[in-house]
Amino acid sequence: MRFHRRTILKLSGAATLASMAGALRPRAAVAQGWNQTAFSGKSLDDIVKALGGDGYTRTTAVSWGATPDIAENGAAVQVSITSTLPKTEAIAVVIEKNPGPLAAHFDVPSGTEAAIVTRFKMAQTSNVHAVVKADGKYFVSTREIRVTFGGCG
Amino acid sequence: MADPTRIRASMQGDKVLVRVLMTHEMESGQRKDADGKIIPAHFIREVSVRHNGRPVLAAQWGPAVSKNPFLQFAFVGGKPGDRLQVSWVDSKGDTRIDETAIS
Repeated sequence: MRFHRRTILKLSGAATLASMAGALRPRAAVAQGWNQTAFSGKSLDDIVKALGGDGYTRTTAVSWGATPDIAENGAAVQVSITSTLPKTEAIAVVIEKNPGPLAAHFDVPSGTEAAIVTRFKMAQTSNVHAVVKADGKYFVSTREIRVTFGGCG
Repeated sequence: MADPTRIRASMQGDKVLVRVLMTHEMESGQRKDADGKIIPAHFIREVSVRHNGRPVLAAQWGPAVSKNPFLQFAFVGGKPGDRLQVSWVDSKGDTRIDETAIS
């Protein structure tokens, strides 16, 4: 038993090191760790800038799948975003009226579909922006989600 | 260390559909306890998903991602039996790595 436990510890330690080294290297090429500036940004413009964009263009090439128009529970609003823009590299979700509007940022390597489903907390009814980086440029699609019961309190 | 991440990775035609359910409080830093003191933020900041060691998704999250985060996406190039690893690091530096085989 003791041997078994030690083996597990050793393996998990090695896995941690390997993944940390791995997590740092490829991401350095795309983004540098957690983007503090972007997550502190208060407006869509600030956030796009902090992500590295020089302004953005409105797009209709983003679909919102099963994202609800009205969410009864702001604690878990399931948002589905699909970009059909060629060479989509990243997708970010900005919830305008949340205390920290940038909710999530996804790097989408080639081979991965430009489609993400995640659940978010929403403080109140708000515009939600999908910020898509495609072929080096930034695009935005916006949708209002009404929240009947806020999920940040 | 937090509870295990539940990962499902299954072939859908030529794609691998990945569904992940992590176990994490995702404390927003906005809530107050019974004494009116703010409960400090504690949330997953970075997520990495790898297929046989190759990154297929990398995410940065803020505290607005829901408690016990759910994530779904798909990628091409996988086959049954391949390894899929999900790892995360939170705002306190805690980390968790879980793995499954594609079915």
